[in-house]
Amino acid sequence: MTKKDLLLEIGLEEMPARFVTNSMNQLSDKVQAWLLEKNISFENIQAYSSPRRLAVVVEGLNETQEDIHEEAKGPAKKIALNDEGNWTKAAIGFCRGQGVSTDDIYFKEINGVEYVHVNKFIKGQETKALLPELQQIISALTFPKNMKWADKELRFVRPIKWIIALFGNEVIPFEITEVKTANETRGHRFLGKNIEINEAKDYVKALLGQYVIVDAAERKEAIRSQLSRIEEDQNWVIPIDEDLLEEVTNLVEYPTALYGRFEEEYLDLPDEVLITSMKEHQRYFPVKSQEGALLPYFVTVRNGGHEHLDTVARGNEKVLRARLSDADFFYKEDQKTEINTSLKKLEKIVYHEEIGTLAEKVGRVRSLTNKLSGLLALNSEDKAAADRAAEISKFDLVSNMVYEFPELQGFMGEKYALQKGEEEAVAKAINEHYMPRNAEDGTPSSIPGAVLSIAEKMDTIASCFAIGIIPSGSQDPYALRRQAAGIVQILLDQEWEVSLEDLIRAAVSLTAEANINKKDKQEIEEEMISFFKLRIKYSLQEKQIRYDLIDAVLGHHLDSIPSLVKRAEVLNQEKDAEGFKGNVEALSRIINISSKAEVVGEINTALFENDHEQQLYEKFLSVKENLEKASSEKDAYTLLISLKPEIDDYFEHTMVMADNQAIKENRLSFMAHLANMIKSFANMNQILVK
Amino acid sequence: MNIQNMILTLQKHWSEQGCILMQAYDTEKGAGTMSPYTFLRAIGPEPWNVAYVEPSRRPADGRYGDNPNRLYQHHQFQVIMKPSPDNIQELYLESLKALGIDPLQHDIRFVEDNWENPSLGCAGLGWEVWLDGMEITQFTYFQQVGGLECKPVSVEITYGIERLASYIQDKENVFDLEWTDGFTVRDIFGQPEYEHSKYTFETSDVDMLFNLFNVYEKEAHRQMDEGLVHPAYDYVLKCSHTFNLLDARGAISVTERTGYIGRCRTLARKVAKTFYEEREKLGFPILKQKEEQSND
Repeated sequence: MTKKDLLLEIGLEEMPARFVTNSMNQLSDKVQAWLLEKNISFENIQAYSSPRRLAVVVEGLNETQEDIHEEAKGPAKKIALNDEGNWTKAAIGFCRGQGVSTDDIYFKEINGVEYVHVNKFIKGQETKALLPELQQIISALTFPKNMKWADKELRFVRPIKWIIALFGNEVIPFEITEVKTANETRGHRFLGKNIEINEAKDYVKALLGQYVIVDAAERKEAIRSQLSRIEEDQNWVIPIDEDLLEEVTNLVEYPTALYGRFEEEYLDLPDEVLITSMKEHQRYFPVKSQEGALLPYFVTVRNGGHEHLDTVARGNEKVLRARLSDADFFYKEDQKTEINTSLKKLEKIVYHEEIGTLAEKVGRVRSLTNKLSGLLALNSEDKAAADRAAEISKFDLVSNMVYEFPELQGFMGEKYALQKGEEEAVAKAINEHYMPRNAEDGTPSSIPGAVLSIAEKMDTIASCFAIGIIPSGSQDPYALRRQAAGIVQILLDQEWEVSLEDLIRAAVSLTAEANINKKDKQEIEEEMISFFKLRIKYSLQEKQIRYDLIDAVLGHHLDSIPSLVKRAEVLNQEKDAEGFKGNVEALSRIINISSKAEVVGEINTALFENDHEQQLYEKFLSVKENLEKASSEKDAYTLLISLKPEIDDYFEHTMVMADNQAIKENRLSFMAHLANMIKSFANMNQILVK
Repeated sequence: MNIQNMILTLQKHWSEQGCILMQAYDTEKGAGTMSPYTFLRAIGPEPWNVAYVEPSRRPADGRYGDNPNRLYQHHQFQVIMKPSPDNIQELYLESLKALGIDPLQHDIRFVEDNWENPSLGCAGLGWEVWLDGMEITQFTYFQQVGGLECKPVSVEITYGIERLASYIQDKENVFDLEWTDGFTVRDIFGQPEYEHSKYTFETSDVDMLFNLFNVYEKEAHRQMDEGLVHPAYDYVLKCSHTFNLLDARGAISVTERTGYIGRCRTLARKVAKTFYEEREKLGFPILKQKEEQSND
């Protein structure tokens, strides 16, 4: 069968950089899915993109669809044949529907019943005749934001300017928004010309001749190597922010990196301010010395060649200068404002209509901070620092700088707090309480920072849950999942054994006092607990812990998180050890039977009837005592499984559900005490053993 | 090139593209978009191609004439084309060439920037155009105006005249820009910049402004009920400017702010709807005229 290559290119007005890669992949996926659906075989598919185009090249596309041979099942034999042995209407109709004659019928038995069958043969169509369907694929592309233009009905990412649909060297005819397919593409907006593409394999090279690097990965690598070239030439370090690199890659068709400088006096501004001015607003790469200090230079990537780089650099320097001079002005203005003046302003800022002002939030966070400090028995220094940090944690939100650069919240708080004479620990905690700021960020390094961070996040979650804002599916506008994951991570990093449920209850009490709660307190607490359990579950899954072991440790109360994680890890290690099955079964037996206990009373040893009961009881007491002293979760596990021989003996010789009511109740109470001890490690009966 | 010649060049360029050259609209406003030549005319099916210079007042940006980058009042060169022409980006780039900006010597990019003005019920998608890293133009395909979906879609091109001039004339301070031979921006606007800043931040009568807002708002509603869109719209603009003055003065708390923006939005939606209805009553005359011309 002969094969040809296919080129599909959609030319657009400049797409938003952040949509380019996903849109390219989507186009490629949809073309591939269509080829599979249509049974058109191909050798390779490659996707391309630039700010002005999305394209795919399919190599070795068959000129015809695969022929289809398939067996079709029809009516049962007794329905297909009448009494005289002639074909019935049902059989004739079936054959007509399948495009075959009754002569083709044969019978096949299914579950003891004979059915009519035919072999169907569908001749593959010419690929060329099917390719106009690409029109629907393009129209069906979806984007995070769509627009309309002129008087067209289609909603698309940006207006479509040209379309190439080339199969071999033939143009596949169709049109979208009155743009007809052709074989002409456009080069770089300023450096290139319009050119005709004769066949798909010329595409990449032909565009390169017109100053377009259409392979996005290649464009990215070109920028990367130009950056490292500048690093070498200037003896600089240019840290590469991958998100920025990705964005810049999708802002240019023909990249040329160049550098410019700014006045050294601006280096007095905080690093974060300089970096944000460069990155967020101008998409520049900041430049550092070998020692890691910011230098008064920046690197930008131009959409064009090496001509007139001086002019481009000068223009960019002028823009950055204006931005930095603005930032400098704000920085100086902010320094004139007292912390108390800022705090007063928080009273007028609404955090959320149903939750109240920022000042009120700060009040709750402060109470919760002190509660947590108490639970953790912090020393008086840390406690005082956490309290003060909580009190002024949001004062920078009303500064000019944070108004201009919202992403600098916390960073500016630290700077300004230090300048106002706050203690270092307080200033640091203000900055750190936003940590982890994203998935890559670490948790607070200081104790006051960690305490404040937990308190602030817990209050956010509690107040949102209190008014019914609960994340579901893709809906999580306040990023509550990230905040819950942050709390869990901080507790783990700090190895704080405080009970998460106690913290949740404390936070919900505070929102109750503030009259925020729209539901019953207990209901909010339960919703929060299951929300946290889900977060912990995901975090344990990431540690490759088997799901039933996760369920087992999450089955009981949500107390110390570090201990919970360690218990899961111990089980995960032990699950392949010899005797694991037997141990789990023995412990599970206790938990299972204990559920029959209606009232759990004191254990009365006088009601014991055999030695095995006494032996298990003594073992229980000793394990219990030792558990309290156990220095690790591994030791705790070893202690628990040491119960196995006594448990086995016990069940071999003892009927828990005895006829004598008093004896039965006593035994069940004993089982319940034992079960509670086991469950505080894990719900062993949820572990799957084969 | 001085500012006067820049304006003349842009006027000539867009006039050649079939735009009606209009003069600035005589009521205070924060942006060229708020001129009735844009806001109202972007509504409904009638074609509309215009270009004009719009002095735009941003009270909060006033700096007493001290800041090299900020102005109480700056100038926008505004182009509206409805429906948006197929080659609009190329037409725009030609206008830059006419201003002496050779794209081959610079780095010109279209960077995503979606425009939204909730207080006018407006939304659009497009770009800011970067010239060597500097934003010199807002380029927007209107999707919604006054809460009404745009059909057909207008494209709006807004040049920041002082921005562009500071690049063309290579000046660091906006007040040093040459307006025409022998006259700088400082000569012409220095005193008003200072006085308006002082008025905005220090001497304005806040009670009077609150009062005026209510009076203007009431009058706008009353005139709309009469079907008199243009007088009503003038009062909507006055409401908006009065709100900006109060806001710059710090007289409006955050909670109240939401309320005032809501009131502006209500006015904008109502005026948009009234305008559409009034044009419809007239049979969308410009559309009709165009259709007749093309039938001839």
